[in-house]
Amino acid sequence: MLRTLAQRLVQAVIVLAGVMLLIFVMLRIVPGNPVETLMGEHANQETISRVSEEMGLDQPLHIQFFRYLSSALQGDFGTSFTLGKPVSRLLRSAFVNTLILALFAALFAWIIGIGCGVLAAVTKNRLPDRIFTGFSLLGISLPVFMAAMFLQYVFAFRLHWLPISGADSWTGFILPGIALGWNSAGQIAQMTRVTLLETLQEDYIDTALAKGLSPARTVVRHALRNAMLPVLTMMAIQLSGLLSGAVITETVFSLNGLGRLMVQAISGRDIPLLQGTALFTTGIVILGSLAADCLYAVLDPRIRKGG
Amino acid sequence: MEETILEVSRLTVTIPTDRGEILPVNDVSLRIPAGKIVGIVGESGCGKSMTARAVIGLIRPPGRVAGGSVRLGGRELTGLLPKERRRLMGSEISMVFQEPMSSLNPVMKVGRQVEEALLQHGVCSRKEARERVLEMFRAVEIPEPEVRYDSYPHQLSGGLRQRVMIAMAMVCRPRVLIADEPTTALDVTVEAQILRLLRELRDRGTGLLVISHNLGVIAQLCDWVYVMYAGRIVESASAEELFERPLHPYTRGLFRSVLSVGEGAETLETIPGVVPSLHHLPEGCSFSLRCSRCETRCEKEMPELRELAPGHAVRCRPAEREALHE
Repeated sequence: MLRTLAQRLVQAVIVLAGVMLLIFVMLRIVPGNPVETLMGEHANQETISRVSEEMGLDQPLHIQFFRYLSSALQGDFGTSFTLGKPVSRLLRSAFVNTLILALFAALFAWIIGIGCGVLAAVTKNRLPDRIFTGFSLLGISLPVFMAAMFLQYVFAFRLHWLPISGADSWTGFILPGIALGWNSAGQIAQMTRVTLLETLQEDYIDTALAKGLSPARTVVRHALRNAMLPVLTMMAIQLSGLLSGAVITETVFSLNGLGRLMVQAISGRDIPLLQGTALFTTGIVILGSLAADCLYAVLDPRIRKGG
Repeated sequence: MEETILEVSRLTVTIPTDRGEILPVNDVSLRIPAGKIVGIVGESGCGKSMTARAVIGLIRPPGRVAGGSVRLGGRELTGLLPKERRRLMGSEISMVFQEPMSSLNPVMKVGRQVEEALLQHGVCSRKEARERVLEMFRAVEIPEPEVRYDSYPHQLSGGLRQRVMIAMAMVCRPRVLIADEPTTALDVTVEAQILRLLRELRDRGTGLLVISHNLGVIAQLCDWVYVMYAGRIVESASAEELFERPLHPYTRGLFRSVLSVGEGAETLETIPGVVPSLHHLPEGCSFSLRCSRCETRCEKEMPELRELAPGHAVRCRPAEREALHE
């Protein structure tokens, strides 16, 4: 188990290094000079080359990369061209918002998704199943901006229960959390339903029932844990997706998270900021799948080698 | 006469299908005395497993028990509320399944799975439960019970898993144990050990219902045998009587298809044809299509199950006549 974990960690570092190189090269071969964008149309050539020199952009690519790598290893991801602040600090403050938003969304998705999936499975082909399955289909197919605006209209504009936008207090994260988690909830519900129905066909379900366990207890104690294994993998991947920023939700609800930061970086050709955000989100995704593997091993004794 | 602990009479199971309703268990009656092993034998698809599941109450919808009664120690089980029935399942009557590989929950320690039966029926406290489980593990000869308690199913061999299943079924000391093909998935040497274990349970007074397609297992184990074909019982007798003097052409066919090997015959005899689909049963006797002694009347009318000798009942007209002439 420990060995597998160590192997996965090494793999993660290699992937991260590869992605770092890829992002670095890609940002430098795309057309458009970041300094020109920064200085505006009226800047003269002399100023542009002076600023390029200050930023180290006149150096050969491999020198630039190793400089970047060595400072990144020390936690310094450079200074944003457009915002003039250290990238690491910008990332940190944006990530706080993204983290809260992602947790709200994930919590909503897990509770609603698993709840609907289980209820649909145990009422297979009856009315509740059709309602929950329809609901989850709606979750999967409804675009996030529509869900967002619908929620804003009903709960903020009409009912005045929750703030319409902004992150002044934690209540500001409820509506965006639901809007963002909506889609994941639908996916989780569908997958939970399918895997639970499969699990309920297993022989050990009969064994549990033959012991005198009630159907509800059998589902909770015997079926659910087995059925949740594939669902958990999906949830971990979803969570890392949620944590890497949600451009649309953040925009509709005016939250300053990673998604908006990245859009800002792209439109301003802000290379250090873009590198930082891309690297950061990659790291989160890698961590997410690593966490899923670990969780899987904890829940399924067959994966723990030598048990 | 010995005390009957489980009495099944005229039990019928129906399953609705796209092509109409089928009756995998049709008008089945049987009796299990305390301290005896009763067997049901037949080819796959004859309804023997379905009978076992109907007796304990594990028919999966849309199938259902459509009629008949199951009495456990004088208490009627059919028609009980699910909650009342569950109180008896696992405590008074329990079941061991065919596949020890897939019949245990893969993500739960086996000790806890056995313990669950005790706790479910409030037999003892959580503290005592572990000790009771270990005691049961020793009784079914699981080596190193303390270690095995914390094992997961995938860490155990098939034979050990089946012992765990038996321990689980027996831990509340039920009066009746149903074993559905208990040794089919196991090696021959392990089979012998499991059969010995089942005989020990009988000797302690448990009534056993053993389902098997394997005549060898039935011969070694059972005191009384029912032969099933296409959902019905076609012959029943004490094991001794049945193996000595089989009357139904189907039973004889079954025996010949096994015995001829041991007697060094050139070819293995088989019963011609296959078990008919429950959707297309002949009008008369279900076996008429494959029977060498089939008469015109057999094709028209289902024969009754008649007792031809004390304790020996057969559902076959030509066999009846033959018995009378003897």
